[in-house]
Amino acid sequence: MSASISLTHNKYYSWCRNNLFSSWINGIITILSIYFIYEVSSFFLNWTIFEADFVNNFRGEKITDRTFCSKNIEPGQHGACWAIIIVRFHQFVYGFYPVEEAWRVNLVYGLLPFALVGIFFDNLPFRKYFIYFTFLFPFIGYFLLYGGAGLDVVGTSKWGGLLVTLFLGVTGILLAFPLSIILALGRRSKMPVIKTICIIFIEFIRGVPLITLLFTANVMLPLFLPDGVRPDNLLRALVAVTLFQSAYMAEAIRGGLQAIPKGQLEAAQSLGLTYWQSTRKIILPQALKISIPPIVNTCIGLFKDTSLVLIIGLFDLLGVGRAAVSDIDWAKLHYEVYVFISLVFFIFCFGMSRYSLYLEKKLKTDNS
Amino acid sequence: MSNSFLRKLIFDEKIRSLVVQTLIIGIFALIIYLITQQTAYNLEKRGIGTGFGFLNMSAGYDISIRLIPYTSESTHFRAYLVGLINTLMISICGCFLATILGFLVGIIRLSSNWLFRNIAYVYVEFTRNVPVLLQIILYYTILLYLPKIKQALVLFDTFYITNRGIYSPAPIFKDGFSIVAWSFVVAIIFSIFLKKYLKKKQEKSGNQYPIFYINSALIIFTPIIFYYIMDMPLDFDHPILKGFNFKGGMVVRPEFMGMLLGLSIYTAAFISETVRSGIISVSKGQREASQALGLKNNLVLRLIVIPQALRVIIPPLTSQYLNLTKNSSLGIAIGYADLVHGFGGISLNQTGKAIEIMSMVMVTYLTISLTISLFMNIYNKSVQFKGNA
Repeated sequence: MSASISLTHNKYYSWCRNNLFSSWINGIITILSIYFIYEVSSFFLNWTIFEADFVNNFRGEKITDRTFCSKNIEPGQHGACWAIIIVRFHQFVYGFYPVEEAWRVNLVYGLLPFALVGIFFDNLPFRKYFIYFTFLFPFIGYFLLYGGAGLDVVGTSKWGGLLVTLFLGVTGILLAFPLSIILALGRRSKMPVIKTICIIFIEFIRGVPLITLLFTANVMLPLFLPDGVRPDNLLRALVAVTLFQSAYMAEAIRGGLQAIPKGQLEAAQSLGLTYWQSTRKIILPQALKISIPPIVNTCIGLFKDTSLVLIIGLFDLLGVGRAAVSDIDWAKLHYEVYVFISLVFFIFCFGMSRYSLYLEKKLKTDNS
Repeated sequence: MSNSFLRKLIFDEKIRSLVVQTLIIGIFALIIYLITQQTAYNLEKRGIGTGFGFLNMSAGYDISIRLIPYTSESTHFRAYLVGLINTLMISICGCFLATILGFLVGIIRLSSNWLFRNIAYVYVEFTRNVPVLLQIILYYTILLYLPKIKQALVLFDTFYITNRGIYSPAPIFKDGFSIVAWSFVVAIIFSIFLKKYLKKKQEKSGNQYPIFYINSALIIFTPIIFYYIMDMPLDFDHPILKGFNFKGGMVVRPEFMGMLLGLSIYTAAFISETVRSGIISVSKGQREASQALGLKNNLVLRLIVIPQALRVIIPPLTSQYLNLTKNSSLGIAIGYADLVHGFGGISLNQTGKAIEIMSMVMVTYLTISLTISLFMNIYNKSVQFKGNA
């Protein structure tokens, strides 16, 4: 008796007792769970790390094509062959961007955090300048990537991999943001014409799949425009992605606008502020603050959805991956490529969702 | 005079809004006019006519996954119907599977067992942070690595699992099976009335009746009895390996399975989150109060927690169904013959009628979306608070 009492004083023992073995059924579930975790993780770790090839195969030869992969020499004995990722790393990150110009892409990758940090953290010193930089960034980035004025021009058909994924994701979000504010305000406008236009636009975009919008942009945009104007494929995709994102973001912002009490607007108007003044200085700052978590969630969605552009023939991260597995030298290494790409997407999206959670927590404490 | 008009234009709200709206209508009309002019010019130059006449022309391509008769001589409109049915089929199956999986995972995430609940958490985080397209392609690839037809995996001597699909016996309905089916329908309708009757009786007398068991027995045994009365009017056509392929039976293609797995596993992660937050939203006091009244655990769940949680769950669940339906358009990536793949892809390339075809596809998706919203709104109203709230 006394022994069990002294045991229950142990912190770990009581934690296990409460969380893992609180009843017979729970105990069985725990044991089954441990078995499941052991099986899955041992298989996965062996495949990805312990039995995998990275640069050299088990004979110590450098892997230059799939015939050198250990698992193709001794079938069933070895794990993943990561050499495909390592050999084609340049393609995964830059697409077909010239190797000697890759520093430009690296510079853009390096500047990207500075462009985003101003939006993400509101207690940053010199935040105002970071925000200015955010709005300048698309132009700087485009100049660096595309070239012109001293830099060699690299056409968008040479862009690919993570570059296209990030380009569509980040530019789509940045361009959609102002558009979505206009749409959200328009949807709450008192003018019936503006309201109707905004409602039809938002509901239409939200009612159809992104892939049909991409098809439309790809096939129909050239039909709508005069002969001389030929937007390239990436730009067409960007138009579709931006319109798509703006409708979803507008709904997130509308939620924020609805949460602002009517008294705020009335108080602002009684002070003599015009509609635009009160919207800009009173309503929007409050509404945007509330709607940041749902906005981030739509951004996660968009970032994942950029993978759809492979269907219209662009080489985003997934598109490059698919090209890699259909390469005769590296054929049948599907799992390696897809697991790697999943991991890249997971890191970005999981990071964003953590940030969204952090914001939600912070906003909660602010209000109470 | 003109000065006061200008003043009114700027400061009178009514007139100003009228002017702004007229301007906007004008600009829109101008843009639409310019685009239509340009499009008509471009179409004429490329020699593409307009109109829906092409729908009656022969499509000239084959579709492997079809529920209604279709050959390569069928019309484009027929191809549209086949695609539409395939889209609806994958959406309905996907929503069904995703709901079951999502509710299961959502409940596991609230389990008191730390390990069990965190397995579910890892599943949710890993599936919802990876693009659904990538998952569809990945599961499809796994299915393609299943054994070849010659080395098919055999389950219970009836199911053959191969990389060309899962072959199973196909039911053959003989005369009299319709009576069995109707007896099933009648049993369901009868059980609904019985339930109402017994509920009323229970309210009057206070005696409880095992309604659930009575009705289950009714619904299960009526068709079985009729099945034997009608001398077993059901046969199975077993798939048999002949040469390089199976003859007879039914087959579920890997394209369909890949889509189903991808869509439902991905959407289930989101559904599980809405289920979890719905159940959490029911305050602990409700549960404790009902336990204090002496209700058993399953009754607490069925009568107190779930009805209240549903109010929170239904609206986000609707948008998940909508997302799944829209994501079903990704079938094109693995060759699942849905609306976008067949009609929106191959028909479009053959006829060049981009505007007609894309607008038909979009209007179809809009209709499906609106229909789902409508039905879910009706259902939502039935679970929301009633009375003078």
